[in-house]
Amino acid sequence: MSSVATNPVLPFLRTDRMPTIWCPGCGIGTTVNCFSRALLDSKVDLKNLAIVSGIGCTGRVAGYVNLDSFHTTHGRAIPFATGLKLANPKLNVVVYSGDGDLSAIGGNHLIHAARRNVDIKVICVNNLIYAMTGGQTAPTTPGHVITSTHPYGTFDPTFNLPHLVEAAGAVYVARWTTFHVRQIARSMAEVFKKPGFCFIEILSPCPTLYQRRNKMGDGLDTMKFYKEHSKIKNGASTSEIGLTKAGEIIVGKFVDRDRPDYINAAREQFVESLGERYVDECAAVECAAECCGEDY
Amino acid sequence: MHADPAGVLTGTHFLDGDHACCEGCLAAGARFASGYPITPSTEVVERFASRIPTVGGTFIQMEDELAASICLQGAVWGGAKAFTVTSGPGFSLMMEHIGYAAMTETPCVFVNVQRGGPSTGLPTLPAQADMMQARWGSHGDYGIIAICPNSPQECFDLTLKAFNLSEQYRVPVMVMMDEVVGHMTEKVVIPPAGKIEVTPRKHTKKSPADYKPYQCNGDGSLVPEMAHAGEGYKFHVTGLTHDERGYPNMTPAVQDKLVKRLRDKIDNAPDLVLYEGEHLDDADVVVVSYGITSRVAQRAIDEARAQGLKVGKLRLIIAWPFPTKLIRELAPKVKAFVVPELNLGQMVLEVERAARGAAKTIHVPHAGGSVHRPEDIVKAIVEANQ
Repeated sequence: MSSVATNPVLPFLRTDRMPTIWCPGCGIGTTVNCFSRALLDSKVDLKNLAIVSGIGCTGRVAGYVNLDSFHTTHGRAIPFATGLKLANPKLNVVVYSGDGDLSAIGGNHLIHAARRNVDIKVICVNNLIYAMTGGQTAPTTPGHVITSTHPYGTFDPTFNLPHLVEAAGAVYVARWTTFHVRQIARSMAEVFKKPGFCFIEILSPCPTLYQRRNKMGDGLDTMKFYKEHSKIKNGASTSEIGLTKAGEIIVGKFVDRDRPDYINAAREQFVESLGERYVDECAAVECAAECCGEDY
Repeated sequence: MHADPAGVLTGTHFLDGDHACCEGCLAAGARFASGYPITPSTEVVERFASRIPTVGGTFIQMEDELAASICLQGAVWGGAKAFTVTSGPGFSLMMEHIGYAAMTETPCVFVNVQRGGPSTGLPTLPAQADMMQARWGSHGDYGIIAICPNSPQECFDLTLKAFNLSEQYRVPVMVMMDEVVGHMTEKVVIPPAGKIEVTPRKHTKKSPADYKPYQCNGDGSLVPEMAHAGEGYKFHVTGLTHDERGYPNMTPAVQDKLVKRLRDKIDNAPDLVLYEGEHLDDADVVVVSYGITSRVAQRAIDEARAQGLKVGKLRLIIAWPFPTKLIRELAPKVKAFVVPELNLGQMVLEVERAARGAAKTIHVPHAGGSVHRPEDIVKAIVEANQ
């Protein structure tokens, strides 16, 4: 009897928690597959990789990946991740959450983490709607879209997230759709090695609430839509890539620049002001080791 | 084990309560704080920001209280001892994350230097109006510990204790100061590091294969062992109702088991009764107080005793969990409890509940903005004695 090949991404998943809660046609699982591929390809140290999610459909990602994982409160994945990273700088910290979580309730944290250039990697799965709570309008919902809180069509102006985070100070900004699986995995692998605040937006279908209510078909139809409407423009100006209901979707890597991250900026300032009096290395990890005694 | 000598400002000092509290944090081994400025608490983290680069660790000024109160929890899971500092309105904003810390069993300390409210209230003036918020502010059932210093010396000693209890029970501990305690300056004696006992984290010794993040050891302890990110455990932490593996599980049976444990590990812990008592054996009237009010109450008690009244003192050092059994035992032996506090009736409700009608309960309310006049408390004692 021939042996059955094992899917190479299985070791990265908590298979004992499968199946997931995600709906048929949802793109979040696709992004997790890309994430796993990126882990494989980049050979990132899994022991020192931690993932933090907020609330909502994408917020559940932390529970399905076999890493140190934190499912935090609504909108607060970024400040939690900030504490995790600053207390233990050797960790590679990934924030993996949805557009509503990161840009509405968590919008303030998003811009301030980008401003500080905290060394965390933010993966934002953007399905253009609040999904888990039943299809209400999100800051990312394009105009004229039918949602449960805008039953006659939205008229709130739409957030352009790459533009927002670039303006706030992110050092790496990219956007893909779930049609662009190889590009997503490549971007993810890239940000694992890029110091500073990195942001990857991934447009993803929500067939149950967004596409159905707007008569845009199912998950497959959305993939066809992404294929037909997407245009790769690396280096495009983020001010010109706003999303509309049926228009062009500009994807690509828009920003890749360098500036000191938060920890290094702090270090430089303390050295300048305190010189030899500055104690750099007793970060919390060593402190905890001491507090916990020899058995730590 | 003992404090890290680097963080201990051994000696005799003239400090205000906020600064003494900061020294307590450092002596306890706290090397991480995330804060958002609010009067009258900010001096705690201002001092921390000044001290920490020469001790080793991190202070980050966050964009708001919501961020501050979850950032510190990330730091705890990264291996740090961590705290935040706030006052009434900020404390209100932190409530969801106090619930998260309770649910995820994240050991951490919230310092609340109380001011008058509601809303913006009295930013620079005292109150004790967050006592019920400390206990019940977040939704759901859980236990917390709240500890009430009444002097700068106690701001040092009890902040240290707050960290120790947070590690022992894996629970958020509140240090409930008030504006007067925070800003009064007195002598503070800080011992050498070798004489400061620091409770180690309940860090697991199990292998990753054997470790379940929320499994109790079967030794009767209701507090599971903890791992940190980056150690190879690959654990999951969620604010959702979870099983012993930390996996979400929404069944009533799992919810019942989890939240009962979260409550019982605190509310039924015998060593969380801490008070200062005087003349409780033969008292006709017992004055129950806490924090700054206990110092005014002391003068009132002394005056009443000078008048020949048999008055006892009961100062709550740990206010939550409330010492129900103690009050219940005292109630049949006394005529009344007199409860002065800087609010219009909070802990008095607990005294009344615990007394179960076996003794009168007389409240001495004060809406905040200053401390009580001792004569108001004396008057209540005289009335209670009749």
